[in-house]
Amino acid sequence: MAKHPVYGVMAEFDNSKDLLDAAHGTRDAGYRDVDAFSPFPVEGLSEAVGYPHSRIPVIVFIGGLIGCCGGFFLQYYPNVMGYALDIGGKPFDSWPAFIPITFELTILCAAIACFFGLFIVNRMPMPYHPVFNVPRFSQASQDRFFLCIRSRDPRFNVEETARFLRDFNPTEVNIVPV
Amino acid sequence: MDPRDPVTEEEKPAFVEPGSAWIAPGHSYASVTRQISAPVLGKTSKGWMIGFAIAIILFLMLNYGLTYLFAVGVGEFGINIPVAWAFAITSFVWWIGIGHAGTLISAFLLLMHQKWRTSVNRFAEAMTIFAVMCAGMFPFVHMGRPWLFYWLFPYPDTMGVWPQFRSPLVWDVFAVSTYFTVSLLFWYVGLIPDLATLRDKAKSKAPKWIYGFFSAGWRGSAKHWKNHEWASLLLAGIATPLVVSVHTVVSFDFTIAIVPGWHSTIFPPYFVAGAIYSGFAMVIMLAIPLRKWYHLEDFITIRHLNNCGKLLLATGMIVAYSYVMETFFAFYSADKFERYMMMNRMFGPYKIVYWILIACNIAIPMSFLWSYKVRTNTVSLFLVATVAQIGMWLERFIIIVESLHRDFLPSSWGMFYPTPTDWEILFGSLGLFFVLFYLFARFLPSISIFEMRHLVHTTAEEAGVIEAAAE
Repeated sequence: MAKHPVYGVMAEFDNSKDLLDAAHGTRDAGYRDVDAFSPFPVEGLSEAVGYPHSRIPVIVFIGGLIGCCGGFFLQYYPNVMGYALDIGGKPFDSWPAFIPITFELTILCAAIACFFGLFIVNRMPMPYHPVFNVPRFSQASQDRFFLCIRSRDPRFNVEETARFLRDFNPTEVNIVPV
Repeated sequence: MDPRDPVTEEEKPAFVEPGSAWIAPGHSYASVTRQISAPVLGKTSKGWMIGFAIAIILFLMLNYGLTYLFAVGVGEFGINIPVAWAFAITSFVWWIGIGHAGTLISAFLLLMHQKWRTSVNRFAEAMTIFAVMCAGMFPFVHMGRPWLFYWLFPYPDTMGVWPQFRSPLVWDVFAVSTYFTVSLLFWYVGLIPDLATLRDKAKSKAPKWIYGFFSAGWRGSAKHWKNHEWASLLLAGIATPLVVSVHTVVSFDFTIAIVPGWHSTIFPPYFVAGAIYSGFAMVIMLAIPLRKWYHLEDFITIRHLNNCGKLLLATGMIVAYSYVMETFFAFYSADKFERYMMMNRMFGPYKIVYWILIACNIAIPMSFLWSYKVRTNTVSLFLVATVAQIGMWLERFIIIVESLHRDFLPSSWGMFYPTPTDWEILFGSLGLFFVLFYLFARFLPSISIFEMRHLVHTTAEEAGVIEAAAE
């Protein structure tokens, strides 16, 4: 980060439509390392900043699959392999009776995968992040909308980018220190 | 509302109060944020202190009852042979049923794109978690040796034995613990953006630090929201079949036995409907004081209460139908014991309980809830919900105790009478629930703030305004 003492340039908007327009405009102008912040999920915003796909569904599916197979094996192993008991000649592998627990463990593992998956793909917990250095950023969780172009972007230039963002009718433009 | 949605009852003008919507008019992002977070970040009110003190007293009674029970043994309950299951199992089924409405609101209504869930889902989910905690306590204390509870879980022990995986009682352990875990994760995932709001709004250091810790660095970035929306949707998707499975498995605890009154194929849907019935009664019982005391009438509107009342009516009718069918099956089975059980239920030693149950669960709610006036009056709706709640506890009592107390052989007949310990733990569990709920209402936002902001946004969009103006 020594090369870039600035994290990025951040514009503040007072409504989601301006933010969405600015996000589209920034992408169209060729900026790639862009992030937007809003107090509620804005439809189309993640696509506008170049994040069209979430990895959560795949993670949940894998979690569910592990839970399903593991849950069945958890019951299959003791009843058929590890500790098989002959009770009146009843079948060891009475799989219909294993379905409820298999189902519950599928749900459990999918939910746990979903939870930890969310934290991992969102890189949480994150105790420090430069965007919080902008004093007004605390409004991002309340009623304001922010767009940040990061200094890692090849097209980034502090003055030029700040001037570029002013064209989108923001209420404020700030430089984000690292 | 999405134009593809069919016209609902609420949209018909005759049923809608003039100007009523899912949120009172004139709200902005800032105003909903401020109003919902105000009770959390403000000073503790006197009313809260009084309510919390009462809850603590009940909670202490629970501790007294449990200490006595653990010291002396489960003989302190009024249980005996043949009535080996009584108050504890009744309360277990009752509490877990109460929890179901929370998941139904947060998960099922999310999948159905029902906007009215937005302002009720948070505290309903909290209700679910606390109700499942109360429920989980009962089988635990009902064990003769509760310190060996971990024998229920499969682990490679030195004795070389495993739980009986073909038994519904073991399914129950998995169902309830999964239900609790999933409800908790779902609730926490929904809370993260609101914890970030509280972190940013808090003035003093300790709340800032604590909310900051639990919000885990949430920034509300577009990527965060994208993943968050997917996580919420998928958790809702898996919680919906889960909630149905939980009470189904609970009903299997009974149906798998050959006891007349238990051995019935109608039980799974009947139990699930009853669970949602009592759950919505509890949602109403919590929503009405909460909106009044915390001045949340703008968000939990009369229209919300009307909808909850309608769901109470609908599920109540399924319950009523199940009672009729249960009686009919007993007759139609031509089984001597089934018929005797049903006659005994209506005219036997517990007949008073049975008829109070019919009055509480069917007669009173079904005669009043059809009225729009009753559903939209907070006092009458609260009273009807309370009556239904009592009725649902009595229903489980009748199913469990009445079915058990007449064994197949008259020489094995017996009676169940509750002991002081039974009552202490029953009312004490209410204390545990309300202690947790009071703490929740004090320290966490009772309504999902970010979803309310989203509702403000969509409401403004529908009205043709780009964005709600700043406060």
